[in-house]
Amino acid sequence: METIEPISGHKEKGGDEDRRDYTGIRDGAAVIKTVALRAWFGSLMALKGVDILIAAGAVTAIIGPSGCGKSTFIRTLNRMHEGVPGARVSGSVYFAGQDIYDPKVNPVMLRRRIGMVFQKPNPFPMMSVKDNVLAGIPLQGTRGSAGDDVLERSLRQAALWDEVKDVLDKPGTSLSGGQQQRLCIARALAIEPEILLMDEPCSALDPIATAKIEDLIHSLRGGITIIIVTHNMQQAARVSDYTAFFYMGELVEYCDTDTLFKSPHKTRTEDYITGRFG
Amino acid sequence: MRKKGIAQDLSFRAMDEKIEKAFKAIMALAVMVPFVILAVLLIDTAVDGLPRLGWDFLTGFPSRFAARAGILSPLAGSAILMILTAAIALPLGIGAAIYLEEYAGKNAVTAFIEINISNLAGVPSIIYGLLGLGLFVRFMNMGRSLLAGAATLSLMVLPMIIMAARESMRMVPGDLREAAYALGADKWTTIRKIVLPLSLPGILTGVILSLSRAIGETAPIITIGALTYVAFLPDSVMSPFTALPVQIFNWISRPQSDFHVNAAAGIIVLLVIMILMNSLAIALRYRLQRRID
Repeated sequence: METIEPISGHKEKGGDEDRRDYTGIRDGAAVIKTVALRAWFGSLMALKGVDILIAAGAVTAIIGPSGCGKSTFIRTLNRMHEGVPGARVSGSVYFAGQDIYDPKVNPVMLRRRIGMVFQKPNPFPMMSVKDNVLAGIPLQGTRGSAGDDVLERSLRQAALWDEVKDVLDKPGTSLSGGQQQRLCIARALAIEPEILLMDEPCSALDPIATAKIEDLIHSLRGGITIIIVTHNMQQAARVSDYTAFFYMGELVEYCDTDTLFKSPHKTRTEDYITGRFG
Repeated sequence: MRKKGIAQDLSFRAMDEKIEKAFKAIMALAVMVPFVILAVLLIDTAVDGLPRLGWDFLTGFPSRFAARAGILSPLAGSAILMILTAAIALPLGIGAAIYLEEYAGKNAVTAFIEINISNLAGVPSIIYGLLGLGLFVRFMNMGRSLLAGAATLSLMVLPMIIMAARESMRMVPGDLREAAYALGADKWTTIRKIVLPLSLPGILTGVILSLSRAIGETAPIITIGALTYVAFLPDSVMSPFTALPVQIFNWISRPQSDFHVNAAAGIIVLLVIMILMNSLAIALRYRLQRRID
């Protein structure tokens, strides 16, 4: 096993240099727990041993400069990372009492319980709005009224129902960019995941569409665990309960959002949120 | 000194203009030569063959008498040949493309197969005819039947279909595959529901274009032994048969000029079929593409 170089050359404000987690989340309240999680692209180590507990029902934001491993991190949580050629993972991710990297775990079943929304809205082009929402549901039992219930519930949860209820049979790609992204959120919610991973969901959207997605995250809080990667620190501050700051593949500081942005424990976090680098 | 230099550099020199004009003329000529030759050929064929075209010609069987000969049996032969070829080559080609594009690992064996598929697309069609004669007609005892002919043509068009299918499967954006995987779709579902529907326009275009090449192929059909005089319609896939290019070839090689007129009329029929097939490819592509965008 490789040894991890600590981030050096920085004097920490607190005395405890090794401490990274200031959230106080206990094992019992966590829906995901990672242990020594590492991820590679070929020979490049993108995650250098991350230990984190994600609180159930909370919104957790992952921030950090480009290339810090934040997207890689959430892609290891639903085993999407390994789909990239040459990519691999070591360490453990515990979800529902099981290490998801256990050979017995089927990533297909895992992804039905951990949904994901991507940076660019990606509705399926040959499908209508309705078919897009229902695309992830196994075919049996979705025809007829059961499917219609799921359709309306998911679109309402994604705050899209009123805008699209009259155009359900139009192609999903005919919607605006912001609507397409909410359609993708509805599609992810339709399979009733326990966790929703959002990988910079607003980076391709204008401020109004962004505000709508943020409202939607607020309305989902509590019912579903959300982990959102964002470049936008104001967004992290607005939507999340906890924020994790990643730098160069390491978790630097993990804290409740208010404290992290108002009085961070680590100098490097402070430098980043005040715009001194990154 | 320097100012003068700039002024000189910016102005056209007589020589430049001459070279430019000469180039334009040469390029225009390069376009015109094949175009004119093709036009002359088409007009010549049309002048010879058009008067001969008619209902009788399309519905008549070949005859010793040029004026009474028709092309019903070769027309039927070619049509059935195309349908059988599509039925054999389409599933095989798409299956091979799916395997190579989605499942095969990137290793030496895959690379070897890929290189050979590209090479096979360039193999002269008579070689496929000889292969078909040895493999289907003799070894597999299919005889000189429609099935043997279609199997031979399938071998010939497979590399083209595989390459066209792979090309269009590769065009399916990676983020759509990721979206499907993230929804808990397994690989086969993703291929069936996302990749294949999106690449269908490209695949169909490739299939129709390669079939329209196959319908004009004479060499492999003659090699496996299609008959040149067939005065009956095929009653099963094991029937002996003839095809349009074979009939045309037969008529052209006769000494009587009346048969040459028949050949010209046959060529027009073949050309019309090919134009129709190519138009169908374009129309399908356009319609399906619009559904996707």
